[in-house]
Amino acid sequence: MTTQELQSQDLWNFLEDVKDPEVPVLSVVDLGVVREIENIENNSWLITITPTYSGCPAMQVIEEGIKERLEQEGIRAQVKTVLSPAWTTDWLSENGRRKLKEYGIAPPVNEVDKSVLFAEQTPVPCPSCNSTNTRMVSQFGSTACKAHYTCNDCLEPFDYFKCLK
Amino acid sequence: MTKQEALFEYVLRKADDTLILGHRLSEWCGHGPVLEEDIALTNLALDLIGQATELYQYAAEVENKGRNEDDLAFLRLEREYKNVLLVEQTNGDFGKTIVRQFLFDHFQSLLYERLMNSADEQIAAIAEKSIKEVKYHLKHSSEWVIRLGDGTEESHNRVQESVTDLSRYIEELFYQDEVDEILIKEGIAADTASFKEEYYNNINAVLSEATLSLPEKMWQLDGGRKGVHSEHLGFLLAELQYMQRTYPGMEW
Repeated sequence: MTTQELQSQDLWNFLEDVKDPEVPVLSVVDLGVVREIENIENNSWLITITPTYSGCPAMQVIEEGIKERLEQEGIRAQVKTVLSPAWTTDWLSENGRRKLKEYGIAPPVNEVDKSVLFAEQTPVPCPSCNSTNTRMVSQFGSTACKAHYTCNDCLEPFDYFKCLK
Repeated sequence: MTKQEALFEYVLRKADDTLILGHRLSEWCGHGPVLEEDIALTNLALDLIGQATELYQYAAEVENKGRNEDDLAFLRLEREYKNVLLVEQTNGDFGKTIVRQFLFDHFQSLLYERLMNSADEQIAAIAEKSIKEVKYHLKHSSEWVIRLGDGTEESHNRVQESVTDLSRYIEELFYQDEVDEILIKEGIAADTASFKEEYYNNINAVLSEATLSLPEKMWQLDGGRKGVHSEHLGFLLAELQYMQRTYPGMEW
């Protein structure tokens, strides 16, 4: 393939192979972390990414992963990180939501306003048995983007990819 | 003072607040009262240290003297840290950590709400990003204040003692000087006086639900913004800076 033929869609496809190191079923494209792919000149491309959480320790690995994957195609990539507009779970692709559930992580549901204390929680369906009879064990889970839940019916503990808006 | 100097100082102050509180919370790692809280407190620490990184990167860029975010975080002397005194106070028991967090979260949330509209694009972007995290912190700390305050006699007494103790650091959150005045005129900084009443209303609503109360009068301390700290910061920095002081320039 000559460089002239490369379209940004090809790069989007290549980046489907770069996985989130914390949730390896999701690609950085599924996650909505890759925001823009622009051609600078010839074989040089600028990839714009945005962090899910400010302190997400996976960002460096993701940046390296993107460069490495594109290098395999002979593409020189620069990666730029932007903070605005801020990442939201709305950017998680449909495909990503399905893959999360299959992996045993409940995808985000629309939650009530967080400023309401002790608000009635929107039920999060169990990814194993689909029961909505579940309870939150802790708002904070194994990574910044997850909360910790348990299913009251099948008793399975599970991660919930929490809603961030 | 030029606008650039004021901007550097302003961003540095916010960065120091988040780094020092983040470090304090990280001290809980492996010591939380229950596993879920151990994880929650370190999640909060991670968010705050992440925010600090963004702020230090920007401060370094504004300063434009070849320092990077790590130089600012690790290689300054105690007097050069400009965080408020509240965040450097020791963890105490779990209740005290929660009260410290509660007093800070409510402030940070109102501040970032305003900074999202800052005339400075990068400050606005950091605020827009951070406020989503701060809302989680705020909910967590507020719900714990209510549980502990309205819990057992023991938890009530202990957490009330922490509220009384830490209330002497509240007014400093709203401290402003020349740095703020210059930037408020430019539409970059938020005037803390504009949301002070809202802050007290918000924390009092939670405290009252928790059967707790602020003391009617409390001697207020400040100095942090000028680099005059309580005895605790030096010890904290000794640990925070140890690796970089012992092995300068070390990376992994």
